[in-house]
Formats: sequence, structure tokens, C-alpha cells
Amino acid sequence: MSAGNVNTEALKHPGINLGEAHGEAHTQAEGVVFGFWVFLMSDFILFGLLFATYATMVDHTAGGPGPKALFDLKSISIETFALLLSSFTFGMASLNLKHGERRKPIILWLLATLMLGLIFLGLELHDFSSMIDKGAGPWRSGFLSAFFGLVPLHGLHVATASLWLIVMLVQMGVFGLTPRVKTRLLRLGLFWHFLDIIWVGIFSIVYLAGLS
Amino acid sequence: MKRNDAQYHYDLRIYQWGLGLALLLTAIPFALVAFHGAPPSVLLWMIGVLGLIQVIVHFRFFLHIDLSSQKREDLHLILFTVLLLVIMAGGTIWIMHNLAERMMAS
Repeated sequence: MSAGNVNTEALKHPGINLGEAHGEAHTQAEGVVFGFWVFLMSDFILFGLLFATYATMVDHTAGGPGPKALFDLKSISIETFALLLSSFTFGMASLNLKHGERRKPIILWLLATLMLGLIFLGLELHDFSSMIDKGAGPWRSGFLSAFFGLVPLHGLHVATASLWLIVMLVQMGVFGLTPRVKTRLLRLGLFWHFLDIIWVGIFSIVYLAGLS
Repeated sequence: MKRNDAQYHYDLRIYQWGLGLALLLTAIPFALVAFHGAPPSVLLWMIGVLGLIQVIVHFRFFLHIDLSSQKREDLHLILFTVLLLVIMAGGTIWIMHNLAERMMAS
């Protein structure tokens, strides 16, 4: 586990590891992070089945508006860029958590992540409301029911993750970087990156395939 | 901090690679759709394949999953979930599509 031999550091769990400088947090992380992965994978199944539902319903527009009439590629690409960048900024926060004991850079990167997450949510809510203004709410057709079952559920996850991020900022202020706070940040990071993966599925299967 | 400098730069480079690859893999299908860069059937395949590669990139560079992991049960958890998804989601799409075709025919 020497610093020179960077590639062979023993991994305790998937996701960024806290490393040898964080003895207690590193040991504590193993069990809880594995448990969190079990949750993430069950969430993955949930989303996967909603994708399957969407795929079977996509052509059933019941004479209502279809994907081409409703989706706005410009707005979707800004949302995608914001979420992608937020995954990177959270990565930078994890990196500072792993390699430094200073709170300030971690807090700044987390605030950047929160900002990008809120930009994403604001744009997405705007998209939904403009769809509903066009009379394309979830009640209109099977296609729209499936759409509003899948995409806002991801948005709800992002909103929850943003709330969690705010709670972690408060906890960092109150408790400092204790081992518990570190492993919680580690799990939040996994959740955040996982939501970005779900979004890749959404923009590919729902938006890009719908507009092509 | 000094002691882990090499590890720090290695980890940093992983995130930078992840961001770069993810941006590239996002930009290509968005540009293809925006400028109608390919016939629709080819386009669907390209979106699918590029999306799948991007998911793998995210797992590798942001979630740090790789084949050299000494805790193989974590990778097994993910792969088992993918297997379940392929069976359930793939099965759903197959059966419902087949059903829809048969209902149309009559």
C-alpha cells in the first residue's frame, strides 16, 4: 500500500476509498457502503422496470402528442451537461475528502454540486410544466403515463440527494469531519454518481431515441 | 498530503478522464440527433451503443468499479443485478411487443 504503488491499493468496496490516512472511517466504511450498494442496486431494478414499461408504452399515444411534439433538445442538453458536471464536482469533493483534512475545499465543491443539481431540477420542472401546458399531462395517454412515472421519479431522487447534500453540509459544520460524517459523504457520492447513470439511460432511451 | 501525492494525482486523473469521456459520449449522440447525422435506424443503434459505453465509463471512472477489485462480491452484486434486469426488462419488452403484434394481426 505504498504511495508509489498506486494501482494496487487494496479496495475495500466499490467507489472511492478513504485510504490509509483515515483508519477508523476506512474500516467503518466497508460494511455500510456494501449495504448502500444493495440499496442502489434495488433502485436500479426499479428504474430498469420503469424503462421497460416506457419501452412498451412509447408508441401508445392515444392520438395525443408524441415525443417529437413535446421534447426540447436544447433544454435536455443543458440539463444533461449540468448533471454530468455535477458528477465531476462531487468527484472533486470526494477526492479532497480522501486526500486532505481541510473542510473548505470539500464544502466549496459540494456547494458547486448542489448548485448544478438545483439548475438541473429547475430546468426539468420547467420542461414538465410546459408539457402540461400543452395538455400533455400523465392522464393524456399510456405513453405520457409511462413518461411521468419514469422521468420525474429520477427528478425526485435528485431532489432527495440535494436535500441530503444540504444536511451533510450542516453536519460538517456541526460535527466536523468525523468518521461517521465521512462515510455518509461517501455514500452520498455513490448515490449522486448512480443518479447520473440513470440519467444517461433517460436521455438515451426517452429523449434522444424519441427525437431521432 | 505529501505522502499521498502520487495517489492524489492518479485519482484526479481518473475523474478528469471520466469527465472527458462522458462529455464526448454525450456530445456525439446529441449532435447526431440535432443535425440528423444518420438515418433513423442507424441512429437508434448508435444512441444505444454510445449510451451503454457511457454507463460503463461512469461505473469505471466515477464509481471506481474495475476488474482488479479484491472484493469481488461487490462486482458480483452489480453483475447479478444486471442479469436480473436483463431477464425482467428484456422479458417484459419481448412479451409485450409480441402480444401487441398478435393483437394487431387479428
